[in-house]
Amino acid sequence: MDKTIASVADAVADIQDGATIMIGGFGGSGAPIELIHALIDKRPRDLTVINNNAGNGHVGIAAMIEQDMARKMVCSFPRSADPRAFTERYLEGRIELELVPQGTLAERIRAGGAGIPAFYTPTSFGTDLAKGKPVEEFEGRSYVQERWLKADFAIIKAQLGDPMGNLTYRMAGRNFNPLMAMAATRTIAQVSQIVAPGEIDPEQVVTPGIFVNGVVQVANPQQEEFLNRQEAVYP
Amino acid sequence: MSDAINAIKLSNAQIAWRAAQDIEDGAYVNLGIGFPEMVAKFQPEGREAIFHTENGVLGFGEAPKEGEEDWDLINAGKKAITLKPGAAFFHHADSFAMVRGGHLDVAILGAYQVAQNGDLANWSTGKGGVPAVGGAMDLVHGAKRVAVVTDHTTKKGDPKLLDACTMPLTGVGCVTRVYTSLAVVDIDGGQFVLREKLPDLSFDDLQAVTGAPLNVQGTVGDLIVPAL
Repeated sequence: MDKTIASVADAVADIQDGATIMIGGFGGSGAPIELIHALIDKRPRDLTVINNNAGNGHVGIAAMIEQDMARKMVCSFPRSADPRAFTERYLEGRIELELVPQGTLAERIRAGGAGIPAFYTPTSFGTDLAKGKPVEEFEGRSYVQERWLKADFAIIKAQLGDPMGNLTYRMAGRNFNPLMAMAATRTIAQVSQIVAPGEIDPEQVVTPGIFVNGVVQVANPQQEEFLNRQEAVYP
Repeated sequence: MSDAINAIKLSNAQIAWRAAQDIEDGAYVNLGIGFPEMVAKFQPEGREAIFHTENGVLGFGEAPKEGEEDWDLINAGKKAITLKPGAAFFHHADSFAMVRGGHLDVAILGAYQVAQNGDLANWSTGKGGVPAVGGAMDLVHGAKRVAVVTDHTTKKGDPKLLDACTMPLTGVGCVTRVYTSLAVVDIDGGQFVLREKLPDLSFDDLQAVTGAPLNVQGTVGDLIVPAL
């Protein structure tokens, strides 16, 4: 088995117009910047993008939005230090937003990956974000029904990967990445280093390779925060 | 709020100091982004709380020196952090299992409005713009104690402690204690119970800037905070 992919361009080659894409990361931490930029080079449109945020500055997801590739964002916090790309389009009615509480977003993605079509959570009960959703009482407390989230593709960032697709992560860069890996039809991981099978101690594997379809090496990946401090613009 | 009250009210740092006095040694704590983060600075000597951040870290410490940031190591406010010995990383679903599953001892949040039944409004003013909720709606459910740190009134002088919230709710009946610039108020049985107030502030003057009745059970303590 060899899930290695030669280039980031090859890694995103199958992503077509209208696809639903989960993109890992929390702000810039754990964000697969090189895969996002490869996707911008290919420029599919009409995408539904699932990420905690809606971009910052003029790189990564913000750059995707500036290229008008996204029809809809599903996120918990579409604000950032420089949220102009999303904000302008949202206020002009050019991009749709599904706002989801952060823990509910994580659990909906986990449920999607775990084959659980719906679940109940106390989060958002009695608020505007629960409108239209079924509510049920368990042990005297009210809970809101939420549905799974799945995607055609997940593009994620990890630290080490092997040809089997096993992954480890770096620090808080883990965040949504292991969940999204489970919830997409096709999951592509960019990793800082591809190592031979067996070189990742099985005790240390965070995402088992069964959840991963492709692994592409991006040594010394860029950080969104650094790029924004340099006022970088992509492309 | 009158000039006389403005002259004696606590600063945000002092409100944070007071909230920190109620955090026990070994407590697992989540602090909201912004003003509530200040609570971490005022842990009483001899007590060590373990701080949780939504994006997957338990046991983080202070901000690193400028130039020493690692941008894979940030908090929910996207600020660089450092780790304390014994820290742990985990993914987002585990992080919110800690929140919703009742494993956190305390969550301390900011507020636009708090109602006497414990309803909290702190995510949206309802005036349009780009809505953003983050983890606020999750945090108000699950932590054993949900406390609020806030100015007692808005900048215009309107009460923030109300009979009912007028802004969009973050959670229903979730707040148990409010630390304000003038008082410490518990929410118990659908009413505000005054626990402490600034010694130089009369009950009537405090009630006048509070949007629902302040009840008294037993004695009301003096809210005494060091100059910070």
